[in-house]
Amino acid sequence: MSSERLKILTANADIPGIETFEVYRKHGGYTAVEKAVKTMTPDAVVEEVKKSGVRGRGGAGFPMGMKWSFLAKPEGVPRYLVCNGDESEPGTFKDHWLMKTIPHLLIEGMIVSSFALGANTSYIYVRGELMYVVKILEKAIAEAKAAGFLGKNILGSGYDLELYVQPGGGAYICGEETALLESLEGKRGNPRNKPPFPAVKGLYQCPTVVNNVESISTTPWIVNNGGEAYAAVGIGRSTGTKLISASGHLKKPGVYEIPLGITVNEFIYSDEWCGGIRDGHHLKAVVAGGSSVPILPAALLLKTANGEDRLMTYESLADGGFATGTMLGSGGFIAMDETSCIVRNTWNFSRFYHHESCGQCSPCREGTGWMEKVLHRIEHGHGSMHDIDLLVDVSKKIEGNTICPLGDAAAWPVASAIRHFRDEFEWHIKFPQEATRPGAVYRGHMELA
Amino acid sequence: MITEKPRIQFTPERLERAREILTHYPEGKQKSALLPLLHLIQEQEGWTSPEAMDYIADFLGIKPIEVYEVATFYTMYHLEPVGKHVIEYCRTGPCMIMGGEEVYAHLKKKIGADDGETSPDNLFTIKPVECLAACGWGPCFQIREKYYTHLTIEKVDEIIDELKK
Amino acid sequence: MKVTIDNITVEVEPGTTILQAARKIGPEIAPPAMCYYEPLKASGGKCRACLVKVTAGSEKDPRPMPKLVPSCITQVQDGMVVENTINQQVLDTRKGIVEFLLINHPLDCPICDQAGECHLQDFAFEHGMQQTRYEEERRTFEKTDLGPNIQLHMTRCILCYRCVFTADQITDGRVHGVLNRGDHAEISTYLEKAIDNDFSGNVIDVCPVGALTDKTYRFKNRVWFTKPVDAHCDCDKCKGDVTLWYRGDEVIRVTARKNQWGEVTAFICNKCRFERKKTSDWVIEGPTKVARHSVISANKYGANKIVPEFARRLAASQYKDVKEGRNLEQLSIQQLPEERFKQLVAPAGESAVAGIRSIQNWADDK
Repeated sequence: MSSERLKILTANADIPGIETFEVYRKHGGYTAVEKAVKTMTPDAVVEEVKKSGVRGRGGAGFPMGMKWSFLAKPEGVPRYLVCNGDESEPGTFKDHWLMKTIPHLLIEGMIVSSFALGANTSYIYVRGELMYVVKILEKAIAEAKAAGFLGKNILGSGYDLELYVQPGGGAYICGEETALLESLEGKRGNPRNKPPFPAVKGLYQCPTVVNNVESISTTPWIVNNGGEAYAAVGIGRSTGTKLISASGHLKKPGVYEIPLGITVNEFIYSDEWCGGIRDGHHLKAVVAGGSSVPILPAALLLKTANGEDRLMTYESLADGGFATGTMLGSGGFIAMDETSCIVRNTWNFSRFYHHESCGQCSPCREGTGWMEKVLHRIEHGHGSMHDIDLLVDVSKKIEGNTICPLGDAAAWPVASAIRHFRDEFEWHIKFPQEATRPGAVYRGHMELA
Repeated sequence: MITEKPRIQFTPERLERAREILTHYPEGKQKSALLPLLHLIQEQEGWTSPEAMDYIADFLGIKPIEVYEVATFYTMYHLEPVGKHVIEYCRTGPCMIMGGEEVYAHLKKKIGADDGETSPDNLFTIKPVECLAACGWGPCFQIREKYYTHLTIEKVDEIIDELKK
Repeated sequence: MKVTIDNITVEVEPGTTILQAARKIGPEIAPPAMCYYEPLKASGGKCRACLVKVTAGSEKDPRPMPKLVPSCITQVQDGMVVENTINQQVLDTRKGIVEFLLINHPLDCPICDQAGECHLQDFAFEHGMQQTRYEEERRTFEKTDLGPNIQLHMTRCILCYRCVFTADQITDGRVHGVLNRGDHAEISTYLEKAIDNDFSGNVIDVCPVGALTDKTYRFKNRVWFTKPVDAHCDCDKCKGDVTLWYRGDEVIRVTARKNQWGEVTAFICNKCRFERKKTSDWVIEGPTKVARHSVISANKYGANKIVPEFARRLAASQYKDVKEGRNLEQLSIQQLPEERFKQLVAPAGESAVAGIRSIQNWADDK
């Protein structure tokens, strides 16, 4: 990686022993806590985060400072900060990597953020499968506490904070903030109806902020350097840096911290990042922001419908709406070369959403299963032409009509795959024997990159 | 009168850990400990039996059905007895396109059990799971808390042979 | 505050939901509710049958709401403008919701005790399509008993959660709940425990479909042949206000009284429901004023239109042959597209086709 790039989260990631308090502290760790609790008011911290323009890194991209400012502050009622470490969106593994690599960064962020919000008890909810990460975090918390950065009267400031790690039990839906709160209360992860929003009635019916791991991890740097310095990185409303989880047929898959605003082309092909598509192959399609965002064919990913270079920003990836654009989402960047079967992949994602639907509301409960079954049929050579329109129609009936965004997340991959790769679906239906041969690859018209 | 001892209970160390977990939550919100305690009892017993769930319900002072509702919602609780090693392999897109299907087919053949089954020697249980948040390192599976990434057929052979020892 | 629904303005108290405001105007514009149940706290928001379009959020902020909103849990704002029956998007969505609720619901109305007072039946009649587009295998469950008097036919359940709320809110020890998740979710006790509680029978009354039925009434009669009568008794457990359902001079069923929306007005105890089955147990008040009409009691099922469809499905269910790897019995419980029907039933032989014709002819005569 070239050294001139500003790294806000990962600058120290390669330092041996950075997972320990000692090494982390030696490299400037916990200075943000000192600065915040000793020299700033909570509101001043909120103000810096607002100025930074940092947007929620879990997928929705809602400005974090604004979310914080919605937090209700009734007298005598506790407020909670809950960190969403339930990372389960296929294609996304940045939080996993960040928590296991630099656990203290999240802990420091949690202290600074809890201080800003006036929370005295905070939780990091980590998906249960990452039990080893739970233990890493618990160890980091114990170290921070022993050093006086957690517990009663932090650094003599009079501010108290207890921080706990809560493991989930295996459910993608708990990444939805209200489902996460239900789960944290020891219940099934059924998302709540909104309103009321967590900012008013969240954990234990008290005002609560839920933020993603990466979002919270930006706060130490913002406190240390100021919101304006953060906002100076990036383009327009896409400020700062973003962790991108790169997977699929890339030369160098992995987690990369990019300044928002580099071109997609550079991200894929530059040796600084993914290094291009694996040898001898060409890019066919990309899911740019985690499995739920619309899939795009290579040509539309690299350039917008207007022929402009597409950038790694919230706005540029969304350019063209769902007709020709997609979303940055959680930054789960899945690259597929020409050997990938779009139908099989769509069925796979559809199975995922079917499996992960909580079952509470009818469009998602019934619709996700229906789509999966139809896609399964098409993929296995039993589809008929009207199935394609049926899928589009079912996806439309789910989208926007469910309690939580899982319905949309299930609908978009199906609708977009048909939108951009209809020929490939038709091929599966017209030539089932050919299409179901092991290793069969669609050879019809495609623009590869 | 002798009261019958419950058939399942935490070992002393785990009891201590369970009591510590209870302190994480405000007074009256101890139900919050349900997921961590279910992990704890499963780690001890190997699986989450009805007796184990009833014990946790009793421990937390909640109704047994509240535990059943939760344990059946999440995928990590094994509601049937499992083998010594539970292999939870990721079947989702990013792992699939990196050759996951061939690797997992080999895995199943090698241990002689299909999805949801336990091998005849009771050593391995195979459980397909959805995305394990290791997409750039796939294909992958998890055994207890350990992640095995960048799997290939050869690597699977090595891992299984090692575990069989 | 004022709210306008389908161009009719009504004055309501703050905190009123859109659905309640619409009900105040009248049944013609009240959205359907499959999961919402006013007497049960926290009910609603799940089935999405009552989604409506808010074209103006309030007087102060007249912007439309971007998505359809569940009217049962969305509170009105002063000056809110809502479209329900006059909005095509709402009606199209509702059609989709019926379809979703039916894809895994058996069309076994001919043998279901709930037929005639089934909310899903009414909902499907009002908003559903004649044909289904679902060709996949359906979710089925074994029937189970929740104690001696209540049968759970999970295959019919639409997961409204009403029975769970009922057990939570009016009994003192819930033993059943929703287990598993997604479309595998089911109402169960997990360990086949009996529901043993003086008020457990109320889960039958709140169930919108035939998933929870009264075993003492099972297959006794079709509801539209019975005569409901209001009665009361001096009960030490509940208020004792009930509806008795007569066949001739025999009480074949006792239920709680319900309002025009099908909601129980006072929950009753199991003794009243299951044990007091003699006229002499009761003080008769008079015929029940039936405020809510089901599609059957309102005679909306025109014989020519509906019965042949029904009959076809029924006839198809007689043939257990398996074609194309699919179970005809499974297929029979749905309305097959004409073409698929011919493909699947014709090969079953002449007698199959003849059987269907005879039933169709019978239906046409009616």
